[in-house]
Amino acid sequence: MTHSIDRRQFLKLAGLGGAVLVSGWRSSDGIAANAENDFYFVQLSDCHWGFEGPAQNPDATGTLKKAVAAVNSMKEPPDFIVFTGDLTHTTEDRDIRRKRMTEFRDIVKDLKVKDVKFMPGEHDASLDKGRAFKEFFGETHWTFDHKGVHFIAVDNVSDPGASIGDEQLAWLKADLERQPKDARIVVFTHRPLFDLYPQWDWATTDGAKAIEILQARDNVTVFYGHIHQEHHFKTGAIEHHAAKGLMFALPAPGSQLKRTPVAWDPQAPYKGLGFREIEAEARPVKYDITELPVVKA
Amino acid sequence: MASFNRRKLLGGLVVTALAAATGGIAIRSFAAERVIPIKARKFTYEPDEIVLKLNEPAILEFTSADVVMGFNAPDFKVRATIIPGQPARVRIVPDKTGTFVFHCDVFCGDGHEDMDGTIRVER
Repeated sequence: MTHSIDRRQFLKLAGLGGAVLVSGWRSSDGIAANAENDFYFVQLSDCHWGFEGPAQNPDATGTLKKAVAAVNSMKEPPDFIVFTGDLTHTTEDRDIRRKRMTEFRDIVKDLKVKDVKFMPGEHDASLDKGRAFKEFFGETHWTFDHKGVHFIAVDNVSDPGASIGDEQLAWLKADLERQPKDARIVVFTHRPLFDLYPQWDWATTDGAKAIEILQARDNVTVFYGHIHQEHHFKTGAIEHHAAKGLMFALPAPGSQLKRTPVAWDPQAPYKGLGFREIEAEARPVKYDITELPVVKA
Repeated sequence: MASFNRRKLLGGLVVTALAAATGGIAIRSFAAERVIPIKARKFTYEPDEIVLKLNEPAILEFTSADVVMGFNAPDFKVRATIIPGQPARVRIVPDKTGTFVFHCDVFCGDGHEDMDGTIRVER
């Protein structure tokens, strides 16, 4: 048995629940210390509750509920769940916006894991600068620490021009300065921080400033949404991982002239939709991503 | 005058416009760059296809009929914020041929994501 065995392999080998077994390793050769700090969380994104478009998703009112059921059916519950924005589909009607947020909140209340983090997407926040979102889900940027990882949610959507803004950038910088240089940092955003494909608005206006701040740290990984598909990219040492959405898929960046959503495939329902689990490992610092479907084939 | 370069020529045009605006003596203008008026409204641009000539600078003049909009053509690195009542001008020099998408980059309403158009650059 080597130190390279990870928590998932360990659990697979053991075939039993995680918490008990992890503690059972405590008496072994020190791997337990690592295993104890390994954990996983689930990222869901771009639910767009309220969207109507049968050509893109004829099950618009059922997909989120199926995703909730899928998360609840996971053999081992995640430590927490994060929604990386666009919980709801945009509307100019403030009452409908709140109705959609109410309905969304009611659906995700069924998640068995109760530690659920929310951040906004531009559909939730750009028309009222995050006002309704804050009423329902709290602040639009925040931090927390979990088992040795410092998590930071950066809001790049409450500004309708897709800026983080100098004030929040200063907050980010100050927050990071309180962390050791080699701290394990995970950043959640909605939009990509880098210029993924600005032609389709897949960028953050001042994202380069955030990356510059993050670049000074040793271990930074970014998880985001917005583009409704899995995507992986590196800027310097920083990895950026986009998640699939839960309402409609979007085409690969630059694969066509316009960002027209991908049509629903009746032969492969829910294709292109899904969520992911992310296994955080302490030594070496690593995030193993497993993409999961809304409905098992 | 024949040795005037493009920048000096443009400067001359500005001087001409300023002179006219201030009641000064107007002098004859040289051929001005083409100005293309574009109306932005929820959630379209009119026109939504702009046809330009390769390497021929043009001025895009935007007006908004309702709310604050954006114009962003990343392929040419030009953008503008379009505020109702305040025409916004950007100068574009098309340095490549083809069809390129532009979009509104200020989230302006529930049809925002469909608010886009194309720039077609011909020889």
